[in-house]
Amino acid sequence: MIKFYMRIFSLITLSISVLFFVISSAFAGSPTKVGFVYLTTPGDHGWTYAHELGKQMVEKRFGKDVKVSVVENVPEGPDATRVIRELAKQGNEIIFTTSFGYMEPTLKVAKEFPNVKFEHITGYKRSKNVATGNIRFYEGRYIQGVVAGLMTKTNKIGYIGAYPIAEVIMGINAFAQGLKSVNKDASISVIWANTWYDPVKEADAAKVHIAEGADVLAQHTDSPAMLQIAEKNGAMGFGQSTDMSAFAPKAQLFASINNWGPYYIKKIEELRSGKWNTGDGPNHWPGNVWGGLKSDMLVISKFQNMPANVAQKAQKALDGLKSGKINIFAGPLIDNTGKEIIPAGKALDDGALWGMNYYLQGVNGKVPG
Amino acid sequence: MEALILTIIATSIPLLLAAAGELIAEKSGVLNLGVEGMMLSGAVGALGAVLWLENPYYGIVAGALSGVLMASIFSVFTINFMTNQVATGLGLTIFATGLTGLAGAPLVGKTIPSLPKIEIFLLSDIPLIGSILFKQDFVAYLSIAIIVFISFFLKYSKSGIILRAVGDDHQSAHSVGYPVKKIRWYATCFGGMCAGIGGAYIPLVLTPHWSEGMTAGRGWIALALVVFASWIPWRIIVGALIFGGITIAQLVGQARGWPIPSQLLSMMPYIATIIALTMISGRLSKNNSVVPSSLGKPFFGNQ
Repeated sequence: MIKFYMRIFSLITLSISVLFFVISSAFAGSPTKVGFVYLTTPGDHGWTYAHELGKQMVEKRFGKDVKVSVVENVPEGPDATRVIRELAKQGNEIIFTTSFGYMEPTLKVAKEFPNVKFEHITGYKRSKNVATGNIRFYEGRYIQGVVAGLMTKTNKIGYIGAYPIAEVIMGINAFAQGLKSVNKDASISVIWANTWYDPVKEADAAKVHIAEGADVLAQHTDSPAMLQIAEKNGAMGFGQSTDMSAFAPKAQLFASINNWGPYYIKKIEELRSGKWNTGDGPNHWPGNVWGGLKSDMLVISKFQNMPANVAQKAQKALDGLKSGKINIFAGPLIDNTGKEIIPAGKALDDGALWGMNYYLQGVNGKVPG
Repeated sequence: MEALILTIIATSIPLLLAAAGELIAEKSGVLNLGVEGMMLSGAVGALGAVLWLENPYYGIVAGALSGVLMASIFSVFTINFMTNQVATGLGLTIFATGLTGLAGAPLVGKTIPSLPKIEIFLLSDIPLIGSILFKQDFVAYLSIAIIVFISFFLKYSKSGIILRAVGDDHQSAHSVGYPVKKIRWYATCFGGMCAGIGGAYIPLVLTPHWSEGMTAGRGWIALALVVFASWIPWRIIVGALIFGGITIAQLVGQARGWPIPSQLLSMMPYIATIIALTMISGRLSKNNSVVPSSLGKPFFGNQ
């Protein structure tokens, strides 16, 4: 008898839930469920904050047509696998994992959920339902080099890098190319912080650069500490990932801003119209999509705190990069030991950029390791 | 050169303060691994207060109070409820990281005026030494005052000797009639206050903004410093300057292209700590202990 009642009961609950499902999908037009995994919180005011702004653009663009879930502070490794799997279980149709270290976890979960689409940011491994996206951050660095070369009085540029990996090194070399195009006497010294994020250490590195005579600073780390030190000591610098002029109204020359919104929107639109795909980019560089200034994935903030003629030249460099007239890594390229990397008439391709482990002319010292 | 020395001093001060506070707590027998958390609370409290009251000096007070608040939470658990100190301390840091992230969310992107430098009449005009020693901010002077105070307190004052007695053998101290729990409460809260001010120094002087987890492990270095100093206050000054000096030296080395791997230099302070620990345990075998014997042990009495 009990068994019978239980059967009736489960039948009723089942029919109610089916009814609910039908009604809700009929009225709400089934929003697309989108998941995001963040490495830190938007409070870092750098990398993750830029992703948060992208997420907000998605919400603004689609309104009730999407339902966004975000998980913050997810460490790279086994924890990430659990979080991504949970997001997939909850019925998210597309999941953006926004840090390099989520590469293997994303691939692993993607295998278990073949119907869910995954977008891994800054990775290079793909599968049937994992696409990758990245920004050509180095293009902004070229313009930074141009501005730094025109603004420096001591001809010493201080650069703070996070880790000596290809992504950071190509930024330094792009900066050096920009610098060389306007000022042959200036040189760059690099301090590796060996961390993406440690405001006090970044500040210390900035102080050391200034004490060593640098008057223009650039960074490939995440906090606004460097600019604040520049502001206090009368030096200049560039914002990273987001506009940091609030921290250094007199010191920020401009900021290279990561603009993920349009990319997210495009991929979600593709998903909704059934056209989502993983593209066919070559395998050796991260990203089926590797967009820069041309595709607005990298945006340059207002040129400020510089004379009009410098701003003009910066604008010219920006236009040149956008139109493709300037090829940052066109030959002849010579590294800082005098070895020729590529002869005149040729240019480095994307694969060569991801293999960079040398400094070009204009950079002091050598790549550690 | 002068700029570099000033940078070394500035980067050492948060370590020095937090270590000084922890030293007192440990001398009373309390091992508080929540220094990192207390520093973070001090940082966020200071920044909030300065934004609200627009005077950097209130930041020091707010930092101290936030540190004390966190230390009281720790005290309630470990001293009154006799929980394990190591686990509770780790828990405190994890809790404070989350709490300060939440409390600091509205502060992100805001910047504050720095603590002004105080020039001491005439003395600050001495070349090199003047600008290094007599042209510092209030907290820098305060940190030296605290070290001097705790040295004398532990060595010569009656209360200081009682505090050491509680840390060395809480059973005996209790049977002579000293209020073990009360003394540990005070010591832990003093530790919280110092860690709070140390944390406050980061947004007040070093990088005037809030970002989550901005102490980035300095609380743990402060804990190592106490061991490095083998619980002797003045050695904390030496230790903090060595830690700070090596941090800056490896940055300078990179900027100037010295052929020493920066990772090697970054390792040095920790190697020094391990050597200090080894030397201490060597001395322990000679039955001449510098480590408070009751360190980390909960007291199960009723006072």
